[in-house]
Amino acid sequence: MFTLLTRRLLQAIPVLFGISVITFLLIYYLPADPARMYAGPSATVATVPRIRHELGLDLPLWEQYGRYMQRVFSGDLGFSYRKQIPVTSLLLSRIPYTLALICGGIFVELLIGLPVGLASAVARGQWMDRLGMFIALVGVSAPPFWLGLLLLYWLGYLIPIFPLGGTGSLRHLILPSLTAGLGGAAWYARMMRSSTLDILSADYIRTAHAKGLRNILVILRHVLPNALNPIITMAGLDIPWFIGGVVLVERVFDWPGVGRLAVEAIETVDVPLILGTVIFTAIIVVISGIVIDLAQGFADPRIRQGKL
Amino acid sequence: MNKKALLNLSIVILVTLLAACGGGAVAPTESAGGSTTPQKGGAMIIAYKDDLATLDPAIGYDWTNWPAIKMVFDGLLDYDSGTTITPRLAETLPTVSADGTVYTFKLRKGVKFSNGREFNADDVVYTITRVLDPKTGSPGAGFFVGIKGAQDFIDGKATSVEGIKALDANTVEFTLNSPDVTFLNKMAINFSFIVPKEEVEKAGENFGHAPVGTGPFTLKEWKSGESLTFERNPNYFYEGLPYLDSITIQVGVAPDVALLRLEKGEIQMMGDPPPGADWARITSDSAWANRIEKQPTVNTTYIAINTTAPPFDNLKVRQAFNYAIDKQRIVQLLNGRATVANQILPPLMPGYDPAYTGYGYDPEKAKALLKEAGFENGFETSIECISVDPQPKLCESFQQDLAKVGIKLTINNLAAPNVIDDAGNGKTPLVWSGGLAWTQDYPDPDDFYAPILGCDSNIPGGWNWSRYCNKDLHAKSIELLSMTDRNARLEAYKPLFKALMDDAVWVPVINGEYDVAHSANLHGQPTLSHPEHLFIYETMWMSQ
Amino acid sequence: MALCSPKTNMKINSRRNLIAELPADKANASLNVLSAPVESGAFAMAWRRLRHDRTAMFGGAFVILIVLVAILAPVLSPHDPTEQFRDGLTLDGQPVPSTLFMKTGPNFPLGTDANGRDLLSRILYGARISLLVGVLANLLAVTIGTFVGSIAAYFGGWLETILMRFTDMMMAFPTLLLAMTLVAILKPSVWIIILVIGAVYWTWIARVIYGQVLALRDRDFVIATRALGAGRLFTLFHHILPQLFPTIIVWGTLGIATNVMLEASLSYLGIGVQPPTPSWGGMIQQGQSFYRAAPWLVIFPGLAIMLTVFAFNLFGDGLRDALDPTQSGRS
Repeated sequence: MFTLLTRRLLQAIPVLFGISVITFLLIYYLPADPARMYAGPSATVATVPRIRHELGLDLPLWEQYGRYMQRVFSGDLGFSYRKQIPVTSLLLSRIPYTLALICGGIFVELLIGLPVGLASAVARGQWMDRLGMFIALVGVSAPPFWLGLLLLYWLGYLIPIFPLGGTGSLRHLILPSLTAGLGGAAWYARMMRSSTLDILSADYIRTAHAKGLRNILVILRHVLPNALNPIITMAGLDIPWFIGGVVLVERVFDWPGVGRLAVEAIETVDVPLILGTVIFTAIIVVISGIVIDLAQGFADPRIRQGKL
Repeated sequence: MNKKALLNLSIVILVTLLAACGGGAVAPTESAGGSTTPQKGGAMIIAYKDDLATLDPAIGYDWTNWPAIKMVFDGLLDYDSGTTITPRLAETLPTVSADGTVYTFKLRKGVKFSNGREFNADDVVYTITRVLDPKTGSPGAGFFVGIKGAQDFIDGKATSVEGIKALDANTVEFTLNSPDVTFLNKMAINFSFIVPKEEVEKAGENFGHAPVGTGPFTLKEWKSGESLTFERNPNYFYEGLPYLDSITIQVGVAPDVALLRLEKGEIQMMGDPPPGADWARITSDSAWANRIEKQPTVNTTYIAINTTAPPFDNLKVRQAFNYAIDKQRIVQLLNGRATVANQILPPLMPGYDPAYTGYGYDPEKAKALLKEAGFENGFETSIECISVDPQPKLCESFQQDLAKVGIKLTINNLAAPNVIDDAGNGKTPLVWSGGLAWTQDYPDPDDFYAPILGCDSNIPGGWNWSRYCNKDLHAKSIELLSMTDRNARLEAYKPLFKALMDDAVWVPVINGEYDVAHSANLHGQPTLSHPEHLFIYETMWMSQ
Repeated sequence: MALCSPKTNMKINSRRNLIAELPADKANASLNVLSAPVESGAFAMAWRRLRHDRTAMFGGAFVILIVLVAILAPVLSPHDPTEQFRDGLTLDGQPVPSTLFMKTGPNFPLGTDANGRDLLSRILYGARISLLVGVLANLLAVTIGTFVGSIAAYFGGWLETILMRFTDMMMAFPTLLLAMTLVAILKPSVWIIILVIGAVYWTWIARVIYGQVLALRDRDFVIATRALGAGRLFTLFHHILPQLFPTIIVWGTLGIATNVMLEASLSYLGIGVQPPTPSWGGMIQQGQSFYRAAPWLVIFPGLAIMLTVFAFNLFGDGLRDALDPTQSGRS
């Protein structure tokens, strides 16, 4: 287990390094002048070159990168041009919201998706299966921002059950989580169905039935754990897309999370903020990947022992 | 005045219904006819879409942070409820020397900053010097370069500004290079609000987030990206003010959400005008009567034409653009919350020429002019707009208008700072000023010339987006600044602005409105909004 | 050569392959891509299976319908999609609702948008952009992905490490943010968007192809070919690549669904195709402030996106089933 963890962490390092280099390069080639951005729209002529020098933007590229990485490791992600506060504190203040949304979204995905998938597989071929899979396909095809707006309209405005945007209570989290999770729920439903069907036709399940175990027990004790295995793997691959979905949801609901911060940063060409948010989200993706790997290692002893 | 993030173009001035009950325009000091006297107490919440960038009076320059800055700071002078200058931190209006170049201010005694220290003349010297200091990066430095020795100080040839002197603890003297009738206005503008030296030095770059001033409120808490909370300053030098106990500014709230929160009573005021999509609904709803205050701001919104970028260096092309734009359509797209503009100055600005008709909507004439200029088959060009609703929508209307005369317009929707940057550096041939510019900084026609069309502002990064410099007009404008006969002076501005229109440096499109939606129990004294400050928080009160 | 049982395949595949074979995004509804190699005559059999799969044929017909709508947009649209009408707005500047049931007056079957343009025309023309971007971006992604994945798997060694590490790294970027940053750097236009989406999406295909080629690399027929003296590149192109056709075809179809969704998302965030060209995502973004007063501005473009993605998913699913019916997941 420990070796698995260290292995994964070591593998993550070049990935993160590469991400930082690529992001830095991308930003370097942005057409807008960061010094002007920092100086603000009304700075005098003399201010801009001075600021450029202060920010170190007149240094060669690799030196700039070196300085940036130095500061990153000491926890300083720079100063947002537009908002005039350190990027780190901006991120820290927004992270809880995004985390809440991520948890809410995953909760919805798994809570709706897995049981529906399982039930569909068990009731294979019957109307419940067909209906479930049809709805799932529809759910997967609907754009998340559209879903969000529709939910806002129906459940926030026409029938005012939920608040219209904003934060502050669990109720505020429901619509955004639903939006973030429904598409994924549909996807997980289909995955779960397929994975379950795989398991259902396995020999050991027939054995369990032959032994006289009740169906429900068979499902819970034998089918479910094994069916979840590949799901965990797929969940790991899903993370980059899920984060993208979170960005969209934060936009629709004006949710003050890191995703919306990233979008604002890109729109206003706020270089340190862009760097900070993109690197941060990439770190989340990588860490989630490691967590998923560990979870899988936990669930499947063969992986732990390096046999797979 | 330029705004970084005015969400909605629509800005209108009407007097509130309270004042209307009293009949006619409201006099500065009397309370509006028929209203009850202000009550002390209450907590008010106002919601804005855009985040507040800073509370540093030397830096802040948009409609979101200006009224907030006025909560925490004061200037030597201020306006009454209209456009008349009154003393504030100064005891009386300053005495002016015979030649009009020396202003002497006697300062009020016993005013304290919120850190307990008493305010004195050194603070005034420090504040204005700081605004001029290039290290501060203040966008308002240009207003004070007329002070003697300011340019030397900026250029580094001097370590202080010769023309600002503290004569004693309560007297400050300003010496100008030449007479300037707008100097009093400049001493009432946000940039002149007084800051304490020790606090600025202690906070450094963070002063904008930890402001200390003499004002009616103090900043209690700032949750980044979420809200700012201000509390009454119990030691405020104006007795009885402010009325409210606390004010919370929520940020990051989209206008349609803010409107719904207002309807539900969760907030008391919207910082942005109500969105166009809801306008029809609320104006026809009787529950909304008395709850929308219309403030016609002194604003012209225009398409700035870069006169140095071909083919716009050709006068006929610029004139053709003026004829090609359907301004009525823009008013319609804005739900009627604007009026068509035909000249540079807005109707409420002194010096406005009601007799001037300008260019009308005439696509045929536009085509003819283009043909004369040699562009019978049109050409391709681009415009930059901010990406905040409804500006992109308006730019698409321009796109269609120009397509009808053969011009292919590409629209670049960018964030406000990017547009301001590109426009300031001449990187785009056309700019739509919607959501950005230009609303007055003070009620003087020079404010619509010098900062945006004068030769001094034709610098990289300046607000003269037309990149226009007409030396004759510039010399004339300097002359006009020292004219003391007010009426003659205002008349003399008419030919100046007509010349600008003849040169077609802009396409003035509309004069905007600002609508303030508020709850029924929130009142102003006399109004919530103000022609110079937009919102006057200190005189707002809530009826219980 | 007998087909191996897919279940056995999955067990002996290394865990890396398992991961590599599983597609990752939600708009792509496919579950497992093929792991069994294809033998000759398989295509004919696949076609027969496809023809008998009613849902797949329905999906295919749907796709053809959407393509036809895109092509015939000028004929089907009642108006020019960029024209802003005088009577397209009410007197105080609001969009006009559907005029379907009105006997006189202007003809706006689905109403107008915030600028007074006919919504139906814009939706029909919007299909062109969505399909153009979806198909071309996916083409780019599949090409790059196949190239990278197969070379990495086949040649192995440091080439494999570099390529796959690079792929891993690209995959760690949140897809949408990466696309946004890229588009922000290069000014948004249709071709840039196609380029960017393709440049962001290829990694998933590379992974899948990588897994497949890894499995195929050690198969007998490959070893035999090499033993006969065939060069490595030749083997790759003539023997391995054709085995990948089913995967490529399926991804080529399902990927369109994902890319249409990506384009819509980018347009929704405001960095898609520029006005006045209609794009479904952009229409939702422009209309969202009206979602209470004029909900049709949001409902119909979103419906268009959903139906298009749905059609490609349905058809793609059917293709996947037809090309390898031994895969579980279908009745």
